[in-house]
Formats: sequence, C-alpha cells, structure tokens
Amino acid sequence: MNIFEATFFAAVLTATAPVVLAALGGLLSSVSGVFNMALEGQLLWGAFTAVVFSYLTGSAWLGVLGGVLATVLYSAILSVSAVTFRADPVVVAVGMNLLALGLTAFLMRQVFGVGGTYTSPDLRGLPTLADLGLDVPVLGSQSPLVPVTLALVVAVALWLKRTRAGLRLRGIGQHADAAESLGLRVGVYRHGVVLAAGALCGLAGAQLALGNVTLFSEGMSAGRGWVAVVAVMLGGSRPYRVLLACLLFGAAEAFGFRLQGAGLPQQAADAAPYVITLLALVVAGAAGRRRQTVEAR
Amino acid sequence: MAVSPAEPPAAELVGVSKRFGPVVANDGIDLAIAKGEIHAVVGENGAGKSTLMSILYGLHRPDAGHVARNGARIRLRSPADAISHGLGMVHQHFRLFPELTVAENVVIGAEPTRGGVLDLAAARREVERLGDLYGLRADPDARIDGLPVGIRQRVEILKALYRRAEVLILDEPTAVLTPGEATRLFDVLRTVTATGASVVLVTHKLTEVLAAGDRVTVLRRGRVTGRFDTATTTADELVMAMIGRSLGPATPRRATRPPADGPYALEVRDLRVRDRDGVPRLDGVSFGVRPGEIVGIAGVAGSGQRELLDTVTGLRGPGRGDSGEVLLSGAPVRRGRHPAVAYVPEDRRGRATSPGMSLAENLIMGDQRTPALRGRLGLSASAVRERARTLTERFSIRAASVSDPISSLSGGNAQKAVLARELSRGTPVIVVEEPTQGVDVGAQEQIHALIADARDQGQAVLLQSSELTELRALADRVLVMFEGRVVAEITGEEAGDERLGAAMTGATTGGASGTTTGGTSGAAS
Repeated sequence: MNIFEATFFAAVLTATAPVVLAALGGLLSSVSGVFNMALEGQLLWGAFTAVVFSYLTGSAWLGVLGGVLATVLYSAILSVSAVTFRADPVVVAVGMNLLALGLTAFLMRQVFGVGGTYTSPDLRGLPTLADLGLDVPVLGSQSPLVPVTLALVVAVALWLKRTRAGLRLRGIGQHADAAESLGLRVGVYRHGVVLAAGALCGLAGAQLALGNVTLFSEGMSAGRGWVAVVAVMLGGSRPYRVLLACLLFGAAEAFGFRLQGAGLPQQAADAAPYVITLLALVVAGAAGRRRQTVEAR
Repeated sequence: MAVSPAEPPAAELVGVSKRFGPVVANDGIDLAIAKGEIHAVVGENGAGKSTLMSILYGLHRPDAGHVARNGARIRLRSPADAISHGLGMVHQHFRLFPELTVAENVVIGAEPTRGGVLDLAAARREVERLGDLYGLRADPDARIDGLPVGIRQRVEILKALYRRAEVLILDEPTAVLTPGEATRLFDVLRTVTATGASVVLVTHKLTEVLAAGDRVTVLRRGRVTGRFDTATTTADELVMAMIGRSLGPATPRRATRPPADGPYALEVRDLRVRDRDGVPRLDGVSFGVRPGEIVGIAGVAGSGQRELLDTVTGLRGPGRGDSGEVLLSGAPVRRGRHPAVAYVPEDRRGRATSPGMSLAENLIMGDQRTPALRGRLGLSASAVRERARTLTERFSIRAASVSDPISSLSGGNAQKAVLARELSRGTPVIVVEEPTQGVDVGAQEQIHALIADARDQGQAVLLQSSELTELRALADRVLVMFEGRVVAEITGEEAGDERLGAAMTGATTGGASGTTTGGTSGAAS
C-alpha cells in the first residue's frame, strides 16, 4: 500500500483545515496577551450553528456566514469577561467549552428533534472545488474553505509582521502597560482579536460540519480545538510554525485512517493524533523550559 | 549653563498636591524646568519624587495644582497626552517590548508607513540618524531581549527623542549603569540639552547631581526643601535639605588593620562553576576573608557575583564540571546552608524575608529550633515576641508592632530587621548583598554602622555592592569581578571610581596593594 498518494494528502488537508483555522484564532489572541483556551467550545458552537443556518436557509454559504456570526457572538463571552472585566481567561474558557457541549446537545433536540447525530438530504454541504470546475490534484476534493485557510495563514503572518496594527498587537502582548502609555488602545486590540478568533472558529466549525462531512453530531469537535491550543503553544506567535504543528496532527489522523484500513483496531487509529499531540507537548515543554532558563540568566 | 529668566519654563509644576489615602505624597510643590537645562530632582525614598514625575508624565492626576508647558497650562490625562505635549520619560524599569527589534521599539505607536505597510527601512534610518545625532548608537535590527541594559536604556531615550520630546525625564538612570556608562549617558544628556531640550534627572546620587546637573530641587516628605545651583552648592547642603540634618561622621574605620597573614575565616579556592548550558560563570576564583575584615565584591551585574555568593552561602550546590572548594575556618564545606555563615540577601522580599509573615516571625526565622524559643508545644509565642522586641530595640527597627507583617515596614526598617536576625547569630562569617538598596540615606548610615560593628566583633564580612561609595566606605579590600574572574584587588583607600570602573569593564587589572588574580594581563595603573 502506498500511503503517499494524492488521496492521503487530501485526507491530511481535510483533517488539518479546521484545526488550522481555530489555531489562527488562538494565535492572534495569544499574541495580544489573552490566552484563548475556548477554541474547542467555539469550534463546536460554530459547527452546530453553521448546520442550523444551512438547514434554515437551504444554502451552505449562508450556513457558513451564520456560523461565523453566531460564533463571533459566542466569543464575546470571552472578550467581555476577560478583556472588559479582567476575569481569568482560563476559567472563562473552561466555562465556555462546557457550555458549548451542553447547549449544542440541548438545542439540537429543540431544532432537529433528534439526539446524537443529525443529517438530512435537505442539509446543504459546501461544494468541492471540483464541483466549481477547479479539479486540481489534491485540492479538487476539498471545499473552497481549505485554500482560504492556507491563504489566511499567509495573511496573518504578513499582517503581524508588516502592518502597523500587527506590530502594535505584538507590542501589546509583550508589555501591555508600555503599550498603553504609548497611547495604544490595548482593550480595543484585544477585543478585536478575541472576536476575530471567534470568526475563525466559526469558519473552522463550518468547514468541519459542512465541508469535511454534511452533518452535526454531539461533541463532533472531538478535541480539535484543544489540539489547536496545543499548536499555538508549540508554534508561539509564528503562523507557519502553528500551521506545521497542525499538519503534524492532521497527518497523524489521516495516517490513522490508513492503518485502520490495514487492519489496525479503530480505537488505536482514533487515538493516534492525540498521542502525537501529547508527545509533541512533552517535547516542546522540555524545550521551552530550557529556553526559559537561558533567558533567566 | 546660561538660563534666560525671561523665557517661560519648558515645563512647570505649579502648586501640585497629591495624596494617596492618608499619605500626602506631594504637598504644594512648585518646580520649573528651564529650557536647555539639566534639572536634578533629589530626595530620599518616599520623598515624593516618583509621584511628582508621574504627574508630570500624565500617569497620575494631581489633587491640586497643574502642569504647564512653555507658560501655558496643559491637562495630562495619560502618558499619551504627555508624549503629545513633548514630554518623554525613561523609567527606571524599562518599558520596552522584549521580542521586538530596536527599530520596532522606537517607532511603535508612531510608525512610518508606506502604502499602508510598515516602512521598517525608514524606521531603521531614523534610529541611525538619531543615534548619530546624539551619540546613542544601537543596532536597529537587534532584538531587545538580547541587549545589555546600557543599550536598552539608549533605546528608551531614542524612543523619547523620536517622539520629539523636548522635556526628557529620567528616573534613576544610572542605577543600572557602570561608572563609565554613566559618564557617557551624561555626555548624551548634554548633547540633548544643547539642542534646546530640557532634562529632568531624578536621582539619589549626589555626586551625579553635582557633576551633571545645572540646578537641583530637593524634596523631603512631599515638599520642596531646597533649590540650588549646582555651581554654588555642596553635597553637605544637599544632604541637609534631603534629610533635615547633616550626616554623622563617616563610618568608623578600624584604626588597626586585621593581621595581614592570619588564618582565613572564609576561604575560596580555585572555584570554577558552569551554568546549565555549560557556559563558565566562575573561572578560577580564589580569595580569603579574615576575621575582623570586610572584603568587598564589585563588578558589573552578571560578572559571576551571583554564582560566587550562592556557592559561598551554600545555596548553589556543585554541578557537573564544577570544581574548587569553599573552606570555613580551614575546613571544606560542600553543600547546603552552613550554620557558620549568616546571609543578608539582595532580594529582600523573595529571599531575605517572608513578606506575609510578621516582623517577629521573620526575626526568628532559622532559629525556630533554639530551645530558648520553645514552649511545651512547639514555639513559644511569648518567647518569640520577647526576642523580637529585644532585637527591634537593639537594632532600632521602627515598627508599630512586632506582630505586623514585615511587608508593612519601610525598606530601611525591613533591611535592619534582616540584619538584626543575621548579625545577632554571631556567626564567624557573614555574607551581605546590596545592604542599602532601596534604603533611605538615614537608614543607610545605621546599616553601615551595623556592618562595621560586626567587623569590630571579629566577624568576617563578604560585602557585595553596586554602590562604589559603599564599598569604599566599608571594605578593607575590594575584589573586582569581570567575566567570572577576580580581575583586580584594590584596598579601600585606593578604590577611586575610575580605578574600580575601569576594572569592572575588564580594562585594567591589579593595584598598588599588589595581588593580581585572574587572567587578564596588563600593568597596574
């Protein structure tokens, strides 16, 4: 079996795209000095609301739009409590993650009248690029949000490095008091990026529920938001490194599917990406500690 | 410097008062900064200097009074307002962005752009232009966290100049500099004032005031207690205005020297220490301290003092690749705090005291197993209080009650409490770090007397200080460290600023007292 064929890379991209989108949101928040641990909950909320809006409007694109807006609204919980009222963002995030899990399961029964998994022929999923007449290798089978994701990585990297606002955001994250005393509006920037993270998570959720598949099931984010948090911890404020960390996860997931096909038990295949995430954390944690001791000198 | 009296002052504080709760920090202060002058503001800790400067820089708003620029009243709601009015401040603790480059730090908040994109080339050029103009060269592409403090300070000044500051406020700028760097800084400030800008220099070092300032305003307890022209005033006059009395006679020097060949109470032999990354931090340090002798340790921060003192006190155990010995009264010690070594750490809140605990508890810390302090069940509260009262009296520590948390004491009183605890143990060796950092002039005198007392009692004192005047006043010999070695040994009387300063940068070695340890070659100057 040759695993390095086009379908394997396509599978990697499918698995990676939602994680990358959420991780970009986490990266922007963390660059501004707000630790955004609520990616998992926002991702799930985004997936659910995208499905709801697709179902209500009969249009996948309006579903994406609805999911994005609803998740921006949801992320306002974090931006208002952590930025305006200076609550501990970690505590708020734990609450948001739990709330998303319960709220989507509850609303699912209200809206669709079923629990577990909802899917229907009436539910519109996103077209593939091939559907749109762009049958390029690897990307052809992907939704248009996948190339958008890759473009966003480049855009965020350039924005941080080459624009006035990007420079200011980096400064705010490193020394908020100093930024404030230079007349920079720390709160405005932080609100902005936390809400932008909401939009990115909404996009991630839409890709997950309308791009990768066309359904919603309870807890379907399945830890991808946490993996995104880890990717931010691994990649720091560098978008390309964060992308790389996400690709590692996506590759592990795609590889797991392959092994499953080759007879590996499904549980082992499902666990593979998380085991890799854990290992990456341990390695990065050790490297980070070494870096700190060097800086402490 | 000639100051035209007809011109309105570049910056002015008029009748400024500010209170924090019951504490009156500023009480009707008038301060006028003339165009093109270096105006020093001096006073003890808590005299109100910082509050006053915070008001001038828009960090605090005065309860009464106002700020004026060039004769016109201005309202400052934030530092950003102050910046837009041409005021710039270099804080004692720098406010730089550690992971940004020099150029990014200078321009952030007022960035040059081209077509909506940051123009970093223009930022670089600007840094270089200002650097050439004022003698403040710094690599525009270097990241801040890799730069030494002296350069970081330049970046802070560049930041203010880039924002066209016409009044530059510097808060204790020389606290982090070597004497040579300080001299260069004052040259820079002269260049700045030559362009018509003004400098406000907040400091407690009177020698600097007299050397670099044009005029001085002295604060005490929130009020102005003196205004002087540096050309016509003396250090004594300034001290009188600062503390309301003149200083007592200089710290009593021992009439007799300790025997030059007696046995060492503390000896260090060929100490070599590497840090975790294998970089040598101590590179063959040897010296000894005899009973009744004070040996000073000088050096630019990071020259190995930390590792040396941590090894001597036993806080740092030997690591891989380390070698050498520490001997107490001739016997080698290896690891852990040794009961024969008393220790007054530099980090008063982290190492020297437990800030949340009471003065009494802090005073007996480490002696808790002494039978005299124990009752039927563990410590006897009354015995502890009794001991604490005795010590506060003997060491004249001012506190409302020995049960108050030590963190409620002033810096000077907290430091006296640490000294009381450590000195009262009567150990043969005592290691003292930065004994008067953050301590006002009055308490400094007392602390110096306490250390001199310990010496007269026959204790061997190892004294590390970044205040050269302190080393000069107390130490019998000063060892100068540079890059992990002792590069010079200078006797107290010969320890002039220039000698010490040169040795601290590794420029010269040796001294008339003879002993030259360590590797740098070169004749005694």
